[in-house]
Amino acid sequence: MLDATPRPLVQFRDVCKWYGDFSALHDINLTVHEGEKVVVCGPSGSGKSTMIRCINQLEAHQVGTIMIDGEEVSPEMKNIEKIRREVGMVFQNFNLFPHMTILDNLTLGPIRNRGASRAEARELAMHYLNRVHIAEQADKYPTQLSGGQQQRVAIARSLCMKPKVMLFDEPTSALDPEMIAGVLDVMIELAEEGMTMIVVTHEMGFARKVADRVVFMDEGEIIEVAEPEAFFSAPQSDRAQLFLSQLLGH
Amino acid sequence: MPGRVGVPTPRELRQREQAGMDVRTIWRRFWQIVQAVLVYVVIGYLIWRGAAAMEYNWQWYRVEPFFYRVIDGEVIWGPLVRGLIQTLKLAVIAGVIAVLIGFVTAFARLSQSISGRIIATCYLEAIRNTPLLVQLFLFYFVLAPIFGIDRFWSGILCLAFFEGSFAAEIIRGGIQGVDRGQYEGADAIGLSVVDKYRYIVIPQSLPLILPPLTGLLISLIKHSAIVSVIAVSELTTAGLNLIADTFMAFEVWFLVAGMYLAVTITLSIGVSLFERSLNKSKR
Repeated sequence: MLDATPRPLVQFRDVCKWYGDFSALHDINLTVHEGEKVVVCGPSGSGKSTMIRCINQLEAHQVGTIMIDGEEVSPEMKNIEKIRREVGMVFQNFNLFPHMTILDNLTLGPIRNRGASRAEARELAMHYLNRVHIAEQADKYPTQLSGGQQQRVAIARSLCMKPKVMLFDEPTSALDPEMIAGVLDVMIELAEEGMTMIVVTHEMGFARKVADRVVFMDEGEIIEVAEPEAFFSAPQSDRAQLFLSQLLGH
Repeated sequence: MPGRVGVPTPRELRQREQAGMDVRTIWRRFWQIVQAVLVYVVIGYLIWRGAAAMEYNWQWYRVEPFFYRVIDGEVIWGPLVRGLIQTLKLAVIAGVIAVLIGFVTAFARLSQSISGRIIATCYLEAIRNTPLLVQLFLFYFVLAPIFGIDRFWSGILCLAFFEGSFAAEIIRGGIQGVDRGQYEGADAIGLSVVDKYRYIVIPQSLPLILPPLTGLLISLIKHSAIVSVIAVSELTTAGLNLIADTFMAFEVWFLVAGMYLAVTITLSIGVSLFERSLNKSKR
């Protein structure tokens, strides 16, 4: 799995973003290679979500370059949906389509974007529903499922597009505590299969287990990038120390 | 205080609710309905007395031929029925065009295109801030001769553009009422803009759009009466002509109003049944 020189899949070069006068991202430089798992953490409002939402241009950056698998993405580009099909994204609030069954949620992308037949898309969807352990819910509607189940459906929906990289934007923050483990298990399985993942989360257990690197952000800047053991046992910056003590303190 | 005489405890209230209404409640409801009926009876009586004082000669026995006549065993529809059919034709065609205009304008307003937004905004402001009657005259006396449009289509287009401006705002509101997360979900799986609206946004905005759009179609039927001023032969024009022939103003206007009422009430009942079945099929 580990080549001598793994391919860089997601690259940030000097990326900046403002909301009016407020600097949301400042001089972001980060390269995520194929197969790598990166956990992004930091206090709320630190720009972690904004950063990963820039990758598939749900948010537009203003300065700098973002490359996905060697192709630059920018707010002006015409075929942004082509890039988005290569990038799976899982949201805090799932964003499943409530007017469609679980199965239709999963098959819509492959049918409309990849020209799959209904039968092919169905087979693909059932395959991924099995992988997230909820194949028996295929004909239900999203609101009939628990939060944890909905989030696993959302993961399966992204996987149906066979993405090169998966982005997770606080996937467990909106879940009841007893639902979190099921979602994290699915994410760990995914990581073990070699998926490239960028995960914004405060689940430090998950970070220790899965992450190759932890990125710590504060006030729109990357403060620290380190291996999880090093980061959790001996954070370099004052702000990371403060953040970790607050996170683990209670 | 439990057990006090006359004051029902919460438990008793609950029991009463389960047992259905008691006799006193039924009487009170009945009396309220009687009151409502009385109000209308009094108003009706005053109109009748007023008409009698004017020495108005009610001739209800003459109205049947306004609807139909049977000549040699063949039914011939009278002016009111023919007028009603024209009104319905006018309203249906204008309604369809109005909804189309509404969608186009709503999307133009929501689009990134500056020219689209300018065109849509100017259209909306011009139509919504001038009287319909003036628009109709402008259309019929100025634009219609230029483009060679007859009076029937002048009426239809004028109504369609007028109601279309309101439809546009209803549709825009419905589209904006769809949660932002749904757009992001659609974007995240890489749907094209057209697919995003077709499969995700529009289906979810329909429950928000349908009820006010029904109201709009009902007001379209009512507003269609205004095209009588350019002598389009619809229900109101038929009424005017009948009065000119027979001088039965009271009878004819009551009949015309009743016919509009029948159509609009049928429409709103039909739509509310349709909405209920929509909600049911959802789960």
